[in-house]
Amino acid sequence: MSEILLLIEVKDGLPDKKTLELMQGGIDLAGDLGAEVSAVAAGDETSRLAESAACYGMKRVYRLEHPLLKGFAPDIWVGALEWLCRKISPKIVLMSHSFIGKETAPRLSFRLNADLTTDCIGLKPDPKDGLLIRIKPIYGGNAVSVLKCTGLPQMATVRKNAFQPVEKVESKSDIILMTPDLDESMIKVKSLKTIQEPIVEMDKANVVIAGGRGIAEKEDFTMLEALAGAMRKTHGNVMIGCSRPVVDKCWMSSDHQIGLTGSMIAPDTYIAVGISGAVQHLVGMIRSKKIIAINTDPGCNMFKVADYGVVEDYKDLIPALVKRLEELS
Amino acid sequence: MKEMKIIVCAKQIPDPEAPFSNVSVNMEKKEVVVDAPDVISPYDENALEAAIRIKEETGGKIIVLSMGKKVSDTVLRKTIAAGADSLILLEDPAFEKLESRSAAYVLSSAVKKIGGYDLILTGRQAGDWDSGQVGLILAEILGIPCISLARSIKISGSRVMVEKSIPTGAELVESELPALVTVSNEVGELRYVARTKILGLLKRPVPIPKWGMKDLIPGSGILNKLHLVELMPPPDMKRNCVFVEGTSIQEKADRLAAIIKEL
Ligand SMILES: Cc1cc2nc3c(=O)[nH]c(=O)nc-3n(C[C@H](O)[C@H](O)[C@H](O)COP(=O)(O)OP(=O)(O)OC[C@H]3O[C@@H](n4cnc5c(N)ncnc54)[C@H](O)[C@@H]3O)c2cc1C
Ligand SMILES: Nc1ncnc2c1ncn2[C@@H]1O[C@H](COP(=O)(O)O)[C@@H](O)[C@H]1O
Repeated sequence: MSEILLLIEVKDGLPDKKTLELMQGGIDLAGDLGAEVSAVAAGDETSRLAESAACYGMKRVYRLEHPLLKGFAPDIWVGALEWLCRKISPKIVLMSHSFIGKETAPRLSFRLNADLTTDCIGLKPDPKDGLLIRIKPIYGGNAVSVLKCTGLPQMATVRKNAFQPVEKVESKSDIILMTPDLDESMIKVKSLKTIQEPIVEMDKANVVIAGGRGIAEKEDFTMLEALAGAMRKTHGNVMIGCSRPVVDKCWMSSDHQIGLTGSMIAPDTYIAVGISGAVQHLVGMIRSKKIIAINTDPGCNMFKVADYGVVEDYKDLIPALVKRLEELS
Repeated sequence: MKEMKIIVCAKQIPDPEAPFSNVSVNMEKKEVVVDAPDVISPYDENALEAAIRIKEETGGKIIVLSMGKKVSDTVLRKTIAAGADSLILLEDPAFEKLESRSAAYVLSSAVKKIGGYDLILTGRQAGDWDSGQVGLILAEILGIPCISLARSIKISGSRVMVEKSIPTGAELVESELPALVTVSNEVGELRYVARTKILGLLKRPVPIPKWGMKDLIPGSGILNKLHLVELMPPPDMKRNCVFVEGTSIQEKADRLAAIIKEL
């Protein structure tokens, strides 16, 4: 029976949310195609991850285990996945459009002679030929393309939220231990050290207050902080985010960036301050329940997607707003 | 230090930062219509900036490689004005609208024809199709080390050291040269180039070689075109914005505060 293979990614020792979504995507496709879903857990010690991945109704989970697979090193991971794909010849290979997927999938696709579509928001089989129909936003989100590729395997990386996360089931997947044929000579890029930086998880916020290029000085972010402080008592977890120019100026680290190449989030409230509303920014926050825009330009695109707008200089408005919120509380 | 021969792959695309009201979809022709001038894909400008900084340290030559139809002189000469030494265009009807793997194959043929390179820089992703594949595949085809998402690049002897962005911060990696590095915006924007300098270059043109199918690829049928089944406009993002009005700033602030209280 033909096989759909997907790559498991891990968070705190368990499959992460993107992987659970990918599993559901794989299971849906398998139903349509009469195929089986397999997942692969790669690493130097995969038993716990595989046990946990085995609870989600897939046919099997491969433990692709090797000492060299400790941590994520692209060269060796690509080599290991190539080894597995040559062994099992999957019809479809899926990964998350994550840090790991973005780097691994294109290189793997070349080695497997397959055409890959990245960052898909939907996948379905073409009933005529069983090939994958790939739905992918292009031009930053200004258009949505529907693509097909010939040849096997069919390969795609999938954007967060494309599918509902899979639910646990009673039955267990078969777990198969595989030892890929790997050696040090495959590692052409050597990791010297990693620099841990404190990372914010923007998707944990109830409210995000984001500043853009309209914020004149780095110090002005303290105004956004003051607003966050005033809202925290009543609105839960309030975090500060930004658009890309703020990261480019090194005023904030890139984990604060919202958008196509940053985080894609859906908080209860998003307050955009001095952000024009470029499509690459909008795709990261358009699913927010309520959007408030503060901008001096009444014609800017951010107002077109906002629920509430104030045409005003943030330097004047925000201090007055903070004062009022504090009076009200 | 050894002089470096650096190849920068730069794609010309419709301005991806054009306001969305200037972008429309022609469903019949399956084309995105952008009412804005073409630009060099932004991450490729970052890659060029990284190349120029390396050249400033080590000396050497920067060759910009661009594949595509009707490439505009003004846009591409900006690369020379900024600090590239030469420009090679890959132009052929057969090179249009290719799958990533085929695009990388054409670029690899040109890279081999140039030969003797130390470093290839690409953008992390092109701003039109947002694919993020061509650089990585190009490295695979050439069989050279591949480092992605560079924030900064340093050459030391016969090795390249890269600080790359990873989800938990940064990772310092190194490999032998020649290598391919994909560049992210953290590297920094392309230096300012005076328009007069670009226009001056147009008057005294440097020769720009154009390579087509016959110069690069033996036989036909190797290149796969993208199979675009359908092109759709994006889901409507518009909401009905309620503008908060007031005769003073405090009045607007008070009204906005009341709205925020209710959320
Ligand atoms: C492939 C690609 C990926 C990208 N990914 C991302 C991404 O993930 N995230 C992202 O954000 N961008 C991304 N971008 C960049 C994006 O296209 C825009 O350039 C960027 O979002 C613009 O940021 P901005 O709105 O802050 O700046 P601008 O567009 O310059 O807007 C600044 C706004 O501030 C307003 N303003 C100025 N002064 C004041 C004041 N005193 N008070 C109030 N308002 C004021 C102005 O009216 C203007 O609307 C990407 C681009 C590409 C090509
Ligand atoms: N037609 C092209 N000409 C030159 N370089 C290209 C071309 N297409 C892609 N590239 C390079 O490959 C990178 C990734 O492109 P993509 O895979 O299309 O997102 C770009 O940032 C460029 O550096």
